[in-house]
Amino acid sequence: MDARDQEIFDAVTELLGQFNAESIELKPETDISGDLNIDSVSVMDFVMEVEDKFDIDIPLNLLSETRTIAELINVVKTRSGA
Amino acid sequence: MTTSLLEKHRGLSERYGRMMEAGENAVGLTNDRIVSPTRALINGRETILAGTNNYMGITFDPDCIAAGKKALEEFGTGTTGSRIANGTYAMHGELERVLAGMLDRKHCIAFTTGYQANLGMLAGLAGPKDTVFLDADSHSSIYDGCALSGAKLVRFRHNDAADLDKRLARMEDDGGGRLVVVEGIYSMVGDRAPLDEFVEVKKKHEFELLVDEAHSFGVLGPNGRGLADEAGLEDDVDYVVGTFSKSVGAIGGFGAGNQDMFEMIRYASRPYMFTASASPASVATSIASIKKLQAEPERRTQLAKNSKRLFEGFRDLGLETGCDVVSPVIAVRCPDEPSTITMWNMLLAAGVYVNIALPPGTPGNICLLRCSVSAAHTDADIDRIIALFGEVVAAG
Repeated sequence: MDARDQEIFDAVTELLGQFNAESIELKPETDISGDLNIDSVSVMDFVMEVEDKFDIDIPLNLLSETRTIAELINVVKTRSGA
Repeated sequence: MTTSLLEKHRGLSERYGRMMEAGENAVGLTNDRIVSPTRALINGRETILAGTNNYMGITFDPDCIAAGKKALEEFGTGTTGSRIANGTYAMHGELERVLAGMLDRKHCIAFTTGYQANLGMLAGLAGPKDTVFLDADSHSSIYDGCALSGAKLVRFRHNDAADLDKRLARMEDDGGGRLVVVEGIYSMVGDRAPLDEFVEVKKKHEFELLVDEAHSFGVLGPNGRGLADEAGLEDDVDYVVGTFSKSVGAIGGFGAGNQDMFEMIRYASRPYMFTASASPASVATSIASIKKLQAEPERRTQLAKNSKRLFEGFRDLGLETGCDVVSPVIAVRCPDEPSTITMWNMLLAAGVYVNIALPPGTPGNICLLRCSVSAAHTDADIDRIIALFGEVVAAG
């Protein structure tokens, strides 16, 4: 993970905190919905927080292929033109 | 070795098991007999129905029943075909004309269910090159319609026109069409879209606006046409969607608009083309019912009166309602899932049926006991519901 990845990882995991009721350790390979056992609406609410944090749009139809934190980091980088 | 396909539902099965251990099936309760728009026999007991979306209490109207019986006898039990094949009867066209007249729209398309109306309209309007901006608390049929359309989906914060404004500004203009979707009355907590604020955003950004009036058609506005009618903003709304399974008391749905090309949705929308058309009895009862909604505005007045009585009764008990605005959807917030299930069972045992609403079907992970008021409820019914909520929920 380079510095930009780490920066996004830190921001994303901080935002994910409020949805991580079971306080599961967050790693790049963590499956956001499956490992954290959060429902589809909460995942969309979390993505909305990510959108606002980075001032980007992440259309919902992109999410079907985005499962892990590492994959989300790549989406954030792509959508923000980084 | 492959995994059993149903294994993914293990967690759901465990959750269902916990609910069943607590009492009745709150998500599949059987009505043994429907006695009236506001009464059913459940487990051998006459129960007040306060969660049926039967807003006008029109399901046992003698004229509607007579129309349904006549159609059943003259046209048979079902159409056995799609609207684009053998399933278009004269009455389907009549239903669309009657509804277009009530809505004061040039065109109206009837769908077989309300769910399919949103699927059909959204998939008929938007395509992969377009973007749909939908309210975060939209009904599942809107999400599913958007998914079927293949359009880019952008979710904005519930009832937040400034957030929509921001997202419209942020999304680059890719040359595709833009559709914004809001609801007249939101089904879970009963709040309304601030339509005037969304119309202001429409003056700033180019998009087409669709309002789903599922819970507000027949209920709001001087003509009963819904939220846009109430707000005096119908000219700013491009497309209206609604259902026959609530205030109309039948089953089916509709989309309406004034555009020259509107009728082409019939030939572009899979949920319209690839399902059988509504049955004759349902179409005939819908026509009779819609005419009654137009001719009898006192039903709306009574519904508003009943809604206010229940809302104020709950507030007097100190219950936390889903929103601050009176509508026929009045939901009470509960602490958590187990207590909500317990209280739902206690209310049922005491003689009142309400809806249970749990995450992820609710916004913000809240648990609700959701009432829907009917014009057919008497003051005594409403007072009984309030008293039982006082005993079960406020005391709990």
